Amino acid sequence: MAEVSLKGVKKSFGRVEIIKGVDIHINDGEFVVFVGPSGCGKSTLLRMIAGLEDITEGTLEIGGRVVNQLQPKQRGVAMVFQNYAIFPHMTVRENIAFGLTIAGASRQEKQQKVAEAARILQMEHLLDRRPSQLSGGQRQRVAIGRAITRKPAVFLFDEPLSNLDAALRMDMRMEIGRLRRQLGTTMIYVTHDQVEAMTLADRIVVLKDGQVMQIGAPMELYHEPANRFVAGFLGAPSMNFLNVDVLDLDGEAAMIGNQSLEPIRVATRRRAFRKDGKAILGIRPQHLRAVQSGQGLLHGVVAHAERLGSETVVDLTLRDDRELIAAFNEDKVFEPGDALELTFDTALAHLFPDELQTH
Amino acid sequence: MAFNPDNHGLRLFVRYLVLCLIALIFIFPLVFMINSSFKPDSQLLADTSSLRAFLPVGDISLNNYFGAFRRAPVGLFVLNSVLVTGATVLLSLLICSLAAFSFAFLRWKGRDVLLSIVIATLIIPFETIAIPLLLLVSKLPWIGLDGLHWGWLNTYRVQIIPWVADGLTIFLFVQYFKGLPGELIEASRVEGANWWQVYYRVVMPLSGPVLATAAILKFLVMYNQYLWPLIVVQQESYRPVMVGLGYFFQLNVAWGEVMAYLTLITVPVLIFYLLLQRAFIASIASTGVKG
Repeated sequence: MAEVSLKGVKKSFGRVEIIKGVDIHINDGEFVVFVGPSGCGKSTLLRMIAGLEDITEGTLEIGGRVVNQLQPKQRGVAMVFQNYAIFPHMTVRENIAFGLTIAGASRQEKQQKVAEAARILQMEHLLDRRPSQLSGGQRQRVAIGRAITRKPAVFLFDEPLSNLDAALRMDMRMEIGRLRRQLGTTMIYVTHDQVEAMTLADRIVVLKDGQVMQIGAPMELYHEPANRFVAGFLGAPSMNFLNVDVLDLDGEAAMIGNQSLEPIRVATRRRAFRKDGKAILGIRPQHLRAVQSGQGLLHGVVAHAERLGSETVVDLTLRDDRELIAAFNEDKVFEPGDALELTFDTALAHLFPDELQTH
Repeated sequence: MAFNPDNHGLRLFVRYLVLCLIALIFIFPLVFMINSSFKPDSQLLADTSSLRAFLPVGDISLNNYFGAFRRAPVGLFVLNSVLVTGATVLLSLLICSLAAFSFAFLRWKGRDVLLSIVIATLIIPFETIAIPLLLLVSKLPWIGLDGLHWGWLNTYRVQIIPWVADGLTIFLFVQYFKGLPGELIEASRVEGANWWQVYYRVVMPLSGPVLATAAILKFLVMYNQYLWPLIVVQQESYRPVMVGLGYFFQLNVAWGEVMAYLTLITVPVLIFYLLLQRAFIASIASTGVKG
């Protein structure tokens, strides 16, 4: 087990800077998830930690030791890849024992550790099969088995569930959660799936264009996003963003409104706004409530509604022709063309400056 | 022309007819050679004006084979060729795959330039370098069990070593290696394998098709060697089959015996090809490289 610390880490491919100075400290035994849209550099960052990519600038420490120049095998990491990366010419047993074979472990030690990994991952019956005889989920379990036999200081997962179907993904997600509790090893997990991030992580690192947007516990990021990007990235359906005018400012709150929104006061949360300037109001679809005519803050017309049983997602067109998504946690019938008035708890709304902010 | 389902059977028939005709064109010389090897010269020449040339009819015997063995050390020539070819194929697979491994997986300065140069050597015909190479090998030193020698002429090594590394084989391996999933290589690195272990534990066991292709191509080139052994080997004891064939012609124009000699030296090629045929075709299909 070990701490992982990235200080001012940068990565360039030729002239293109992919990672633009990243500082992250991961505690011993912590489960940290890197999320972000494709191309944000999350996989590159993980590969740099694994030693598969050089670090252009900055330092990487694992267990208090600078490992920038060390080979992957000297870093004490194990990695699980998106495409499983198990060796097709070896049996499951040989695959799981690969790292031990390379390290020159005795036959007895290999047998014992393979048996242990197989027990943890419940695949004792698969040991003599070849990868081609396994399903996707089983292959990924083999890859995880190979990773745990060496007892690495840090586990790295690079989108391990992306190639699995939805049902299997949920099973494996739970299995990884269980494994984590069982092993207690530091784990770094890359995904673009926010459900995986929210359910597995102790802390989430949100990345965009090679920069850290925010680091924090899942609920902290959900309820207190540092900027519009994080607010829009986490949560499904995505947070609504409305362009509003700042009508007045008083210390910790701003009076805002526009032609679709009645004037209201929203906390500024220490962000800087200008009176008579522009701002962006963020409201999660789940925080909107339908109210009777005359009581609403927002006025719109139903364009489309999806009934999912447990909730109803409504796509509305506001007076200024902008789109708004509302999610009600009950089964309700809406017809296109229905006029709808909505309200929300202003304490749950977020006000962002008009330009996209980083921190 | 639009596809007409009614014509499907007809189209299939025409396609097979054309394929059969092409196959016949390729197989005729072989059939002629094998049949003629069993016939005495008089009958062989008389048959050439009719279809009998392709049929095992008339005075059939193994006399030509006995004659060929009496006239020249055919067995020795075949043995020389098998030795030289076998050694070259094995060394070539090892050396070229190692070179290709470096080109495909390791990062070093000048790698791409050097690979381009290696591939560019494919366009140089051997005839243009034969004489400079002859001058070179005639002066090269060699440390054997009996001490230091100068000059490699009239040896096995002069027929083997210059042919071990070649652009085509390296190129075949590089292309194949680049097609292997990169994550397998990365996974083995993370699991602690050094590059040598990656080579022999992961990459080589997955390289069956390209090993077969490279082996067959190299085998054909080496077994058919003529110009190079002709100029570097003067002694009968190191002479390979193709040079032996020229020698055989000079001794004699008994066509039946020539055909028997040709049939004998074709056999190892056919055996080798039949053994690796499946892998060969699979490899050509998967690498997209024509053999």
